[in-house]
Amino acid sequence: MSGLWAPVAAVAAIVAATKAAGPLLIGRRDLPAWALRVVALLPAALLSALIVVETLSVGRELVLDARAAGVGATGVALALRAPLLVAIGVAPVVTALLRAVA
Amino acid sequence: MTGRPGRATAPPQGDPPASYADGARAGLPFAISVFAVGISFGVLATEIGWGPVAPIVISAVVFSGSAQFALATVLGGGGSAAAAVLAALLVNLRYLPMGLAIAPSLLGGRWRRALEAQAVVDSSWVLAARRDGTFDRRILIGSTVPQYLGWVAGTAVGAFGVDLIRDPAALGLDALFPAFFLVLLAEDLRRRRARVVAALGAVIALVLIPVSPVGVPVLVAAGAALLGVRRP
Repeated sequence: MSGLWAPVAAVAAIVAATKAAGPLLIGRRDLPAWALRVVALLPAALLSALIVVETLSVGRELVLDARAAGVGATGVALALRAPLLVAIGVAPVVTALLRAVA
Repeated sequence: MTGRPGRATAPPQGDPPASYADGARAGLPFAISVFAVGISFGVLATEIGWGPVAPIVISAVVFSGSAQFALATVLGGGGSAAAAVLAALLVNLRYLPMGLAIAPSLLGGRWRRALEAQAVVDSSWVLAARRDGTFDRRILIGSTVPQYLGWVAGTAVGAFGVDLIRDPAALGLDALFPAFFLVLLAEDLRRRRARVVAALGAVIALVLIPVSPVGVPVLVAAGAALLGVRRP
């Protein structure tokens, strides 16, 4: 336990520093037009990568498990224009059901 | 904002701008997921012998699921402190481009902006993003508050309820976050360029997952947005 707090403090400092770095670098300046176009596309790039990582991997391993079925069900629900709460709710339900029968 | 999880939009002329309360409402559904993931962290951290108080303090101070899971996984697996800190650094490097992106939309001088940027988490950053490359800082900060509370509360439930909640995975709650992200992404996919970028980002992540340290796939995939350098 005594060895725990040094890495915890380091990680807390790292998280704060990575979040602060951009604003410290840019300050009050505005981004040029080309950078704004990049920023407008950044959510799409980050979201799709996060979905892939959180749905299809455990650590460095690619896996196809119940999560993929659950998130896939959300995709189907969205395509069928289901209400948002339904689209989100089917993900844990399908995932939990598959794990229960597996 | 109507309380559903949706992206910030520029308010029509005459409407009041988004408030912190609008942000909190938008963040509430995510807070539920964060609460569930917090339980998983509390359980994991207690099982590797940190519990029950240390995990709660860690969640309150670090407030980064990806960094905390990286730390617990490496240290719990017998890895060195240096390896654990490096792993946590890698999964957080995506905050560099995210921070650069949001900086001009924050208030005050560089230190004030750096402080406001502490509210950046994936979901709140996306909720605050507008189509034109600017961000709504009230949505960012407002939506992070319930998620912070959910994260710390979930960790506490997991840390103290570890004997009751033997297997958080049985509830399927780990599928909630990617499902939310998919809902947010779906709004983006109406634009052709965003579809191309999303597809490229997914492919980059898929290819890199088996061959690079955890965290690197998402960071490199963010580079897909550089397609925006060229005018459409």
